[in-house]
Amino acid sequence: MFLMFDIARGMLARRRRQTLVSVSGVALGVAFFIAIVALMRGFQTYFVDQIIDVAPHITIKDETRIPAPQAAELLHPGAAVAISGVKPRDRIRGIRAAGDKVAMLEAMEGVAAAPVLQGQALMRYGSRDVSAVVTGIDPARHIRVSNIEKDMTAGRLDDLRRTANGIIIGEGLGQRLGIGMGDTLTVISPQGVVLSMQVAGMFRTGIQTVDQGHAFALLKVNQVLQDRPNVVNQILVRLADVTQAEPMARLIESRFGDRAESWEEQSANVLTVFVIQNAITYSVTGAILLVAAFGIYNVISTVVFEKTRDIAIMKSLGFTEGDIQLLFLVQGLVAGLLGAILGSVLGALMIEALAQIRFATSTPSGANGFIMDRNWRIYAAACFFALMAAGIASVIPARRASRLDPVQVVRGAA
Amino acid sequence: MAPPDPPLLELRDVTRQLPEGAVLVRDVTLVFRRGEFVAVTGPSGSGKSSLLYLLGLLDRPSAGHVLLEGRDTARLSTNELAALRLQKLGFVFQFHFLLPEFSALDNVEIPIRRLGRLKGAAVRDRAMALLAALGLGDAARKLPEQLSGGMRQRAAIARALANDPALILADEPTGNLDTANAAAVFDIFERLAREEGRTVIVVTHDPDLAKRATRRIHLVDGRIVSDSG
Ligand SMILES: Nc1ncnc2c1ncn2[C@@H]1O[C@H](COP(=O)(O)OP(=O)(O)OP(=O)(O)O)[C@@H](O)[C@H]1O
Ligand SMILES: [Mg+2]
Repeated sequence: MFLMFDIARGMLARRRRQTLVSVSGVALGVAFFIAIVALMRGFQTYFVDQIIDVAPHITIKDETRIPAPQAAELLHPGAAVAISGVKPRDRIRGIRAAGDKVAMLEAMEGVAAAPVLQGQALMRYGSRDVSAVVTGIDPARHIRVSNIEKDMTAGRLDDLRRTANGIIIGEGLGQRLGIGMGDTLTVISPQGVVLSMQVAGMFRTGIQTVDQGHAFALLKVNQVLQDRPNVVNQILVRLADVTQAEPMARLIESRFGDRAESWEEQSANVLTVFVIQNAITYSVTGAILLVAAFGIYNVISTVVFEKTRDIAIMKSLGFTEGDIQLLFLVQGLVAGLLGAILGSVLGALMIEALAQIRFATSTPSGANGFIMDRNWRIYAAACFFALMAAGIASVIPARRASRLDPVQVVRGAA
Repeated sequence: MAPPDPPLLELRDVTRQLPEGAVLVRDVTLVFRRGEFVAVTGPSGSGKSSLLYLLGLLDRPSAGHVLLEGRDTARLSTNELAALRLQKLGFVFQFHFLLPEFSALDNVEIPIRRLGRLKGAAVRDRAMALLAALGLGDAARKLPEQLSGGMRQRAAIARALANDPALILADEPTGNLDTANAAAVFDIFERLAREEGRTVIVVTHDPDLAKRATRRIHLVDGRIVSDSG
C-alpha cells in the first residue's frame, strides 16, 4: 500500500522536530550498541585468539574423567555400595601406548598431535629459587601443535637438540631468576633429580602465567629430570578447524578413554567471564534501545492523539482499521529505520574514534589500544533490534488509533 | 415483469440506543430513492446527526435494519462497511476535516487511490476535474490552511465526490459559512441531485436552505414528526 506510506511520509515531514527527536534517540541507541559491542567483541575475540594461538586446541591427559569402577561395584550392579579409603594405585602414571595414539591422531585429516611430558621443577640460579612447569617436547612435532616458535624472542625450538641439556624459558621467568641466553641454571625435580641446564632460547607470549612460569626442554631430558623414562603424560592436538575442538575432544575421549580437554574447557573460567561481560553489555545497550523505543512510543502516541480527527475522517472515508494501523506503524518504522541508518554511521565513527585511543602502558603482547570488531553482523544486529523496538513501540499506539470510533470523534468535534 | 429496482437506501424500524439507555433515534422507517435532495431538520439534540451516522454506515442500529441497494448491512463486517463507504458514500461535515498536511488536490486523491480503480495520471486528472468543477482549479495545490472557509468546504465536497458515490451525506455543511457561501454549497448539492442523479441528504438548521430541498424530514426527540417530499 504505497498510499499509506505516502500519507505517513506527509505526516512525518510536517512534524520535523518530533521526528528528529525520535530518530536521534534511536540513532544514539544504535550507535552506542554498535560501539560497545564492537569494543567488547573485539577484546574477546583478541583474547580468544591469544588463547588459541598459545594453547593447544585439545589436551589429552593421563587421567580418566570417571574413576574406574571398583570391584565391589561391578559385583553388585545397581546396589548401594559404600567404599571408603580408595587410593589411586601407585602405578606409573602416563598415557599408555602414547606413540600409537599420536600416530592414529596424525592419520586423521587436519589433525596434528605431539606427545609431551609436563612436570614441576624448581629453577635455581644463585640464591634465587623459582618453581616452574617444564614441558618436555619433541621440537619437530611441537612446532606443528603450538605457535610458541613465533613467540620466541631468542633462539629457536630446534636449538634444544643442539644444546646439551638445553632449556627454553619465558622472559618473565628469566627476569625473576636474573638470567639470560646462554646462562646455566640448576633445575631440581620433585623426584630429586638435579640437572644443570643451559638457556637455549627465550619466549614471550603475552600471557603472564606462561611467561613467568613455563619452560621447555627436550622430551628425553624431561623424562630423565622427572625420573619417568619413556613416559608421556599429555598429547597436545592442534586442528585445522578450531571450531571442531569440542566435538573432536569428545570423540578422542570416547575412543582412547583418556581425558581430552578442548581449549574451551581449559579456559572455561575466562569464557564464563565473557558470558557475564556479554550479559552486562547487552543489558546496557538494550536499555539504551529501550529508552529509544520509549521515545518512539511517546511520539507516535502524541501523533495519534493529535491526529484523532484525521483518523476519524479517514475511517469515515472508508479506510479500514488495518489501514490506520499501518499508517502509524509505518511512521514508527520509518523513524526506526532513519535512526538505524544514522546510528550505523555514528557507530562507525565512534568505533574509529575509539580505535585512535592509545594507552600509555603497552601490554606484553604489544596491544596498546582498543581492539575493535568491525564485523558487519554487529551493524545488522543493531539495526534489527532498532527496527524491532520501533515496531513494537509504534504498534501499541497504532492499534489504539485503529480502534477509534469515528462517530465519537466527529460528534465531539462538531 | 421485471423486479422493481430496490431503493438506494432504506431504514426499517431503526432504533439507536446508547448502552446507558438514552434513545437517539426511535423506530425510524425511511426510503430514499436516487436523485432525491433531502433536508433533515429538527431542534438541537433531536438526533439528526445520529440518524445521519446510521444512514452513512458509520454507526450500527441497536434494532432494525439498514439496507443499501436492497442489501441488509447488519451482518457486514467493519471492513465491508468501510469498503461500502469508500465506493458508494460521501460525507461532508460542518468542519471541513481535510488532512492538514496535504494539498486540496492530495486530499481529493486520497480516497481515489484507496479505492484503486483509477491508476497513475487518471487519479490526478479526476481529482483536478472535481476541484475545477467546484471552482477550485487554481487553488488545487494549496494547503487547507491557505484556503478560505468556503473553499475548504468545497474541497471537502470534492473529496466526498472522489469515487463517484450514489449517496452524499452532509451534517450542517453550511454551519460555519456566510450566507453567500452557504447558498453556493446548496447550489452544488442541488446540481448533484438534479443533474447527476445522486441522492443528497443534508442536515441543516437553516429553514431557507431547507426549503430548496425536494423533500424535508423533521425530527423531534429521535422521531420523525413530518416527512414531506
Ligand atoms: N455518546 C453519547 N453519549 C451521551 N449522549 C449522547 C451521545 N451521543 C448523542 N448523545 C445525545 O443524544 C442526543 C442526540 O444527539 P445528536 O447529535 O444526534 O443530535 P442533533 O440533532 O444532531 O443535535 P445538533 O443539532 O445539536 O447537532 C443529544 O441530546 C446528544 O447529547
Ligand atoms: Mg448534529
